[in-house]
Amino acid sequence: MNAWLSTLPGLPFAGQLINLCAAIMLLIAFAMLSQRRISSLIRLFALQGAVLCLSTAVVAQSTGQDHLWWSALITLLLKVLLLPWVLRRLVQRLSVKWDVETLINIPTTMLVGIGLVIVAFNVAQPISELAGTITRSTIGIALACVLLAFLMMITRSKAVPQVVGFMSMENGLFFAATSATYGMPMVIELGVALDVLVGMVVFGVFFFHIREKFDSLDIRHVEEKARHD
Amino acid sequence: MGASIEVLFACVLGPSVIGAAVLGLIGDRRHAAEINIAASLLTLLGAALLTARVIGAGPASFFGEQFFVDPLNVFLIALTAFVGFTTALFSRPYLRTEVERGKLDGGRMRLYHSMFQAFMAAMLTALATNNLGILWVSMEAATLATVLLVSLYRTPESIEAAWKYFILCGVGIAQALFGVILLYFAAERVLGAEGSGALLWTHLDAIKDQLEPTVLSIAFVFLLVGYGTKVGFAPLHNWLPDAHAEGPTPVSAVLSGLLLNVALYAVLRCKTLVDGALETDFAGNLMMGFGLFTVLVGAFSLARQKDIKRLFGYSSIEHMGLIGFAFGMGGPAASFAGLLHMTVHSLVKSGIFFAVGHAVQKVGSAQIDDIRGLLRASPLLGWSLMLGALAILGMPPFGVFASEFLILTTAMREHAWAVPILLVALGVAFAAGLAKVQGMAQGDAVPVLPGVKPASLPVFVHLGLALLLGLWIPPELAAWYHAAAQLLG
Repeated sequence: MNAWLSTLPGLPFAGQLINLCAAIMLLIAFAMLSQRRISSLIRLFALQGAVLCLSTAVVAQSTGQDHLWWSALITLLLKVLLLPWVLRRLVQRLSVKWDVETLINIPTTMLVGIGLVIVAFNVAQPISELAGTITRSTIGIALACVLLAFLMMITRSKAVPQVVGFMSMENGLFFAATSATYGMPMVIELGVALDVLVGMVVFGVFFFHIREKFDSLDIRHVEEKARHD
Repeated sequence: MGASIEVLFACVLGPSVIGAAVLGLIGDRRHAAEINIAASLLTLLGAALLTARVIGAGPASFFGEQFFVDPLNVFLIALTAFVGFTTALFSRPYLRTEVERGKLDGGRMRLYHSMFQAFMAAMLTALATNNLGILWVSMEAATLATVLLVSLYRTPESIEAAWKYFILCGVGIAQALFGVILLYFAAERVLGAEGSGALLWTHLDAIKDQLEPTVLSIAFVFLLVGYGTKVGFAPLHNWLPDAHAEGPTPVSAVLSGLLLNVALYAVLRCKTLVDGALETDFAGNLMMGFGLFTVLVGAFSLARQKDIKRLFGYSSIEHMGLIGFAFGMGGPAASFAGLLHMTVHSLVKSGIFFAVGHAVQKVGSAQIDDIRGLLRASPLLGWSLMLGALAILGMPPFGVFASEFLILTTAMREHAWAVPILLVALGVAFAAGLAKVQGMAQGDAVPVLPGVKPASLPVFVHLGLALLLGLWIPPELAAWYHAAAQLLG
């Protein structure tokens, strides 16, 4: 935490903006963890993408790393517009019930989440101290976002929230990439984006199969049914 | 040496990329299976030429250093192309029977053939790339292709298995991406952000002693957990038996025989860098710990299995643990043993799955209790299953015995404490595995379903090669293993 505090005074405006984005990212991650409704979950996911896009753009503007503009554009198209739209359409066509059941109750999940954030900050501290980027203090937050998305995937029993968790994890990873290194080489970002896109298509196909076979998108039903057969 | 290395590599990767597209377009025509075999054969020929070239002229990088071949990866490229080809041979009669029984239709066959080639392309790219980012991307692509293959039958069980595989490996591989980001971060501080050289393995290898040790050790934990999920390291192995049991058998064969190897290869490339930066045995110890635990989990789960494909899935987990342990020990002898074990395990395990596939089709059930008297019902199948099982359980003179013996003797010298654990695990696995397979091979024959024409050639070619490697390793191959072991340090 020391590294984080010492960067605060005299931080340039861009740096402060990025820290703000990081804080919002973390807040959204927690909001997703506590959200019961699928439509709000998808909206939060789109919002997280938008914040990621904004912070990438700020880094691109303030450091002159041109390829980050492309990265921001990919994020905007893919994570803010396309994926939430696809998810929303899927949910509509499958007429998923609105309430999301969680396996562990929400207050407990939040407490576990706070524990994860502390772990993430501790793991990231030695890395943050070494980083020379203006965004270095956000590495811990990026890792925390990844872990929180992971937690969401474990605690949800429905297929759609698990997928939102999966995509949100990818958001955290992209955020880690921009905050630690000003972004990965372009080839890699394109490759990752492509994989996410194809993954989404496969997920979509799967929703229909699960729906067709189990009349439900609850993974617990899938597991029980498979066990009984 | 005639053709340039770029052309040779295009010969390796080209057939599978074009094959995937063509098979996707033409769908389920009469010759789809033959085209699949032809594409795999061309890949194998390309891989043989590439291998000959690397043996003759040494390592080389190409396509702006984005790809490279050295003794370590060219050996795996050759193995991948070979097993891919024999699996294509096996899948033709196997899938024809499945279609005749109405388990698959034309659309699924199109999906199968196209995804099989896409999977091969992804794995060959993962093996040949010099860029750790592209390695990650192609590993993910291989996952996506196999998820579609595992769910091919669209039964509730197969969808559950594929979903579990997708989510677990998706999460795992996301951890690996974080590891790659950290690696890039450490490398950028030494190499500078200019260009994309900071993710090229050859560049990283040259400066590995200057990389920041703390960052690299954190990165390695993420990389090991991430790629380790795909290797099947316990406790992240849950997806593996399900995926093996519920997918079509050719897919089980390539999952066990190839995908696990490629994931382990990714771990090894990263371990080399981390070892250079840390100058301690941190990475090795971590791998040894994971490996030992995995061997134990795999071995002790064997006795409880009721499904024949799950049985051999757990056996793969056990063997991957053993290989992980060998590479964790490090040093020329252990790495040599690990590479040998990787080779023979691939050959024997995919061979076993070929036999298992036909046996399950003959009997009409994958439950171990339902399969009886295979030796009487179909001597060829019975013997191939029996011999395959003996080979994988480590009976001499098969190659698995040789590599396990090497691993154990090396462990005796360097980490004597681990030997009793390994011996117990191998003993338990042997007893459980043999009892189950004997029950299936011997006894009175159960009624068999008509119309199964087994392709015995791939099985016996695989077992024959494993036997050969147990009796005599050709000096060229030994030199090659030594060179690869040297690279691993």
